[in-house]
Amino acid sequence: MSTPSILTTLNKGEAYKKAMAIGPEGVIKELQASELRGRGGAGFPTGMKWQFTRGAAGDKKYVVCNADEGELGTFKDRKLLLEHAHKMFEGMAIAAYVLGAKDAYLYLRWEYHFMKADIEKAMAEMHALCPEVDFHLNFGGGAYVCGEESALIESIEGKRGEPRNKPPYPVTSGLFEAPTIINNVETFCCVPHILIDGAAAFASVGTPKSKGPKLFSISGDVKKPGVYEFPMGTSLRRLLAAAEAEEPQFVLVGGSGGRIACAEKCLERNLSFEDLPPGGSIIVLGKKRNLVSALRSVMDFFVEESCGQCVPCREGCYRLLHFVEKMEKGEKVTRKELNRYLELGTTMQNSSKCGLGQSASNVFVSMLDYFEEKMVKIQN
Amino acid sequence: MSEKLITIQINGKEYEVPEGSSILAACRKAGWHVPTLCHHDDLTIAGICRICVVEVEGWRTLQAACATPVAPNMKIKTYSDKVRLARRNILELMLADHYGECYSCIRNQKCELQKLAYEYGVDEYYFGHKTERKWEVDDSSYSVVRDQDKCIQCNRCIRTCEGIQTVGIFDKVFKGHECTVDTFWNHPMRETICINCGQCINRCPTAALKEKNETDQVWEAIADPTKTVVIQTAPAPRSAIGEEFGLEPGTNVTKKLNTALRAIGFDKVLDTNFTADLTIMEEGTELLMRLKKALTGENCIKNATLPMITSCSPGWVKFCEHFFPEQLDHLSTCKSPQQMFGALIKTHVAKKMNVEPKDIVSVSLMPCTAKKFECNRPEMNASGFKDVDFGLTTRELGQMIKETGIKILELPDSDFDNPIGHGSGAGMIFGATGGVMEAALRTAYWIVTGRDVPFKDLDILPVRGMDGVREASVKLENVKPEWSFLEGVTAWFAIAHGTGNARILLDQIAAGTSKYHFIEIMACPGGCLGGGGMPIPTNLEIRKARARAIYAEDHNMDIRRSHDNELVMELYKDFLGTPLGHKSHELLHTHYTPRGKKSVDPKGSI
Repeated sequence: MSTPSILTTLNKGEAYKKAMAIGPEGVIKELQASELRGRGGAGFPTGMKWQFTRGAAGDKKYVVCNADEGELGTFKDRKLLLEHAHKMFEGMAIAAYVLGAKDAYLYLRWEYHFMKADIEKAMAEMHALCPEVDFHLNFGGGAYVCGEESALIESIEGKRGEPRNKPPYPVTSGLFEAPTIINNVETFCCVPHILIDGAAAFASVGTPKSKGPKLFSISGDVKKPGVYEFPMGTSLRRLLAAAEAEEPQFVLVGGSGGRIACAEKCLERNLSFEDLPPGGSIIVLGKKRNLVSALRSVMDFFVEESCGQCVPCREGCYRLLHFVEKMEKGEKVTRKELNRYLELGTTMQNSSKCGLGQSASNVFVSMLDYFEEKMVKIQN
Repeated sequence: MSEKLITIQINGKEYEVPEGSSILAACRKAGWHVPTLCHHDDLTIAGICRICVVEVEGWRTLQAACATPVAPNMKIKTYSDKVRLARRNILELMLADHYGECYSCIRNQKCELQKLAYEYGVDEYYFGHKTERKWEVDDSSYSVVRDQDKCIQCNRCIRTCEGIQTVGIFDKVFKGHECTVDTFWNHPMRETICINCGQCINRCPTAALKEKNETDQVWEAIADPTKTVVIQTAPAPRSAIGEEFGLEPGTNVTKKLNTALRAIGFDKVLDTNFTADLTIMEEGTELLMRLKKALTGENCIKNATLPMITSCSPGWVKFCEHFFPEQLDHLSTCKSPQQMFGALIKTHVAKKMNVEPKDIVSVSLMPCTAKKFECNRPEMNASGFKDVDFGLTTRELGQMIKETGIKILELPDSDFDNPIGHGSGAGMIFGATGGVMEAALRTAYWIVTGRDVPFKDLDILPVRGMDGVREASVKLENVKPEWSFLEGVTAWFAIAHGTGNARILLDQIAAGTSKYHFIEIMACPGGCLGGGGMPIPTNLEIRKARARAIYAEDHNMDIRRSHDNELVMELYKDFLGTPLGHKSHELLHTHYTPRGKKSVDPKGSI
C-alpha cells in the first residue's frame, strides 16, 4: 500500500457522490474507522465530533471551516487553500450533508485576502455541485484569538472575537447558538480522501493514537522552508533533515503556544498527539539565535493577541513579558522571583479561559526548563 | 433547571444537587465557599475573572465554577493546591493593575477586591502595583462618577446597563492589556445617554463607579448659620439605611433616623410620604381626567394620552426621553414627590416657617442617584429658586452619620416635623415596585365608586411582587353618578421595573397594541428599594427583604389611603385649591425634553 496523501488529485464531486451513496451514518463510520483527528492542533476525533453534532437537538445546523491559520509558523492551510480549495469545500459540503445543514461558512484570515477571487470561484463551483448548501465567505480582522473556535464563531456573528464559556461546546451550541461542526482546512481536505482512497489506507500510517498523513510547515533556519507531508509519528530528525536544518539549537513545535524541542535531546521524538504537538508549525532556531530574544518575541505576540477577557491571560502575558524583558536586559533575578513567574506560568495554563491563555506560557516554561543557565543570571 | 437530583462530590463529601446547576450554585447549596468577582446573581454569566476556578477530576484545566454545569459523579475540589495558587496569582495580577490605596477609597470595607485580598492573606504586591493614574476621573455627570483606574474589568456594569436596563452606555474597548470598559468614544458620562439610574454603581465590586458625593456641600449648608436646612426623607432609604450600620436588610429605623438628622444639624425633618400622597391626588385626578376626555370627548384636560405612565422615577423619565421621545405625552405631567416637596418647601412651607426661601437649603434623602440629575433640571425651579438643592443617597447619609460618631441605633425615636408632618401608608409603599400603582388605585377607585378597593386590608396583591412585568385589571361597577362614563369599564394596569422591562411595555405602545390605561414604571429593579443610591450589595433576596419592611410599615400606619391624609386636604384648602388647579400646575407639574439617542451636545443644557 502506498503512503496515503492528501495532496493527490481527486475528481471533483466524486467524494460527495460517495457520501450520498453511503449516507450520513456511513460517512461517520468511515471517519471513525480512519481515526482522523482534527488537524488544527487540538486533535479531537473528527468522526466523534460529526456524530455528536448530527445527534444534537435542533433543526438548524451549521458547518464552519477554520481558515484563520494564525499560529506562528503555520502556512500549510495556505497551500491547501491555494491548490486544493475545491477539496476543502467538498469536505464542507459532505459535513453539511451529514448534518442536514443549509449553510457552510469559510472563515478566512484577512491576511489571505489576496485569495478572494479564486476562493469565490471554487465556492461557486461547489455550490453548483450541491445547490442545497449555501456557502459564505467571512474574513477575519487580523486577530490570532479568532482562530479559537468559539471566538471565531463570535466573529462571524459580528461581535468581539472573544472565546465563550465551554460547555456548551459548538457541537450543541455554536454558530447562532445552533449545533455546529467547526473543523480546520486540512481536516476538511482529509475527508474526501478518506471516502475515496479508503479509511484503511488513511489509518495505515501513524502511531496508535495518531493516524494518517499530516502536513507540516517548516521554516526558520533551514535551507528548504516549505510545506511537507509526512505520516503522523515521523521523527523530528526526519523533518529537520528534509528541510535541511542548519545547526539547530532548538525547534519550536506547534507555534507560539507549542513546545520547545531542544535539538540535542529531542531528535528521536516524534510528531504525534502522544508526543510533540503535531499542529503543523515547525520553526527551527539555529545556534546563533538569542534564546531570550526569541522568547521575548513570543511574549510580545501574546500580549498583542490576547483578547483581554480573562485575568490570567490579559495580565499574566503582560507581566511575563515584563519579566522576559528584564532577562533580555541581562538584569539579575532572584530564584524566588523566577519561581514566582514559573508559578504564574502554571496558573495561566490552569486557569485561563481559552487555549490562547492556557498555552501562552508554554514556551516560557519549557525554554527555562531546558536552557535556564543560558537565559538568566540568578542572584544569590 | 430540572428538579432531577444528581450525586457529586465536593472536597471528598457527597452531595445531591439539581441537575444543570452550576458548580458554584451547587457549592453554595452544600455550604462550600467559592469566591467570585465577575459573577453576580442578577446578571448573565461572564466567567472572566477566573477567581472561582475549582479542580474537577479528569479535567486538564481548572474550571470556572460559575460557568460550568455539574455532571453526575463529578469530583470537585474547591481548595486544592492548584486552586489556591491560581486564586492567589489572579488576585495579585488584579492588584498589580489596580490603582489607589484602600484608605483613600470610598469603598474601604465595602470592596469585593479588598475582601478577597484579605481572605487570601495577600501581603505583598507580587507583580508590582499601579502607582500612577492612566485615566482621569470622569465626574462630568450629576449622578454617576467613573474612576477607570479602579476597574477590574468584571464587566458587571456592561451586563447591568445593557443586560438589565437595555441602555448600554458601556462596552469593552481595545484588547489585551489595553482592554478596558468605556463609554462610546470615551465621551464623558454627562454626554452619553446614561439615565443616571446608578444600577451600575450597585453592582460594581470596587470604586470604579460611585455616586457624585455632595456631603461636603450639605455639611457646609448645615454649618452656615444664615441657612435653614430642610431634609425630606423617602421611605425606601429608611428601609435600608440600617444596612449601613450592620442591620439586616429591611430593618426599619425611621424614627431613630429623625433624631439622628436633627442631631447632625438639619433644621427640619420632613416626610416625603406626604408629597407621595399629594402625587396620588394629582396623578389620580389626572388619570381620571384623561379617561374622561378619552371616553366622553369632554375637553377637561389638555393632554389625554392613554395609557398614562407614572413619572416619579427620574431614571425612567430620562430613559423615555432618550428611547421613546415620541411617547412623552404618555407620561403624567406630575412631578416626583421629591420635586413637589421642593416646590412646596420654598413657597408654602417657607411662609409657615417664616423663613425667606433664599435662606432655605432643601435636601432630600433618596434611594436614587437620578434624583441628583432631576433636581438640577432647568425646569425644576417653580418656587423661583432651585426647588431641591441636593439629593443625597442612602449611602451618603450613612457616611455623614458615621462621621459624627452618632450611634443611630441607640437614639430615642422621634417624629417628623410639622407643618407637613406625615404621609399615609399609601405614600409609604411608593418605595416598592407596584407601590405607586397600589396607592393610586386605593384612591382612584374610591373617587370613582365611593368604596374601597375590593382587596382584603387594602393589600392589592396582584400588583405586588418581583416579576419584571406585571398586570392587573379591575371592573368598575356601581360607580358614582359623575363617573358614569366608567360604568362597566374594565380598567387595565401594568407595572414594570428595570428599564429593560419598561421597554417591553413601550414597544407595545409604539406598536399600538397596548391594552393598558395606566402603567407604573420604575427604572430600578425592585423599584426605589433597589435604587442606585441604596446600600451595596444588592440582590433579589435583599430587595425582597426591603419590600417586606415597606409593606409592613404600611400596615402599621393609621392612615393607609392618600385621600385620608388630612394634612394633604389641609394643603389644598389653605394653599393649592384643587388637584390640577392653577396653583398645582404652577408648582407640582412639569414638562419633558425629547432627547433621542444621539450623544448630548456638551455645551447644551442637561
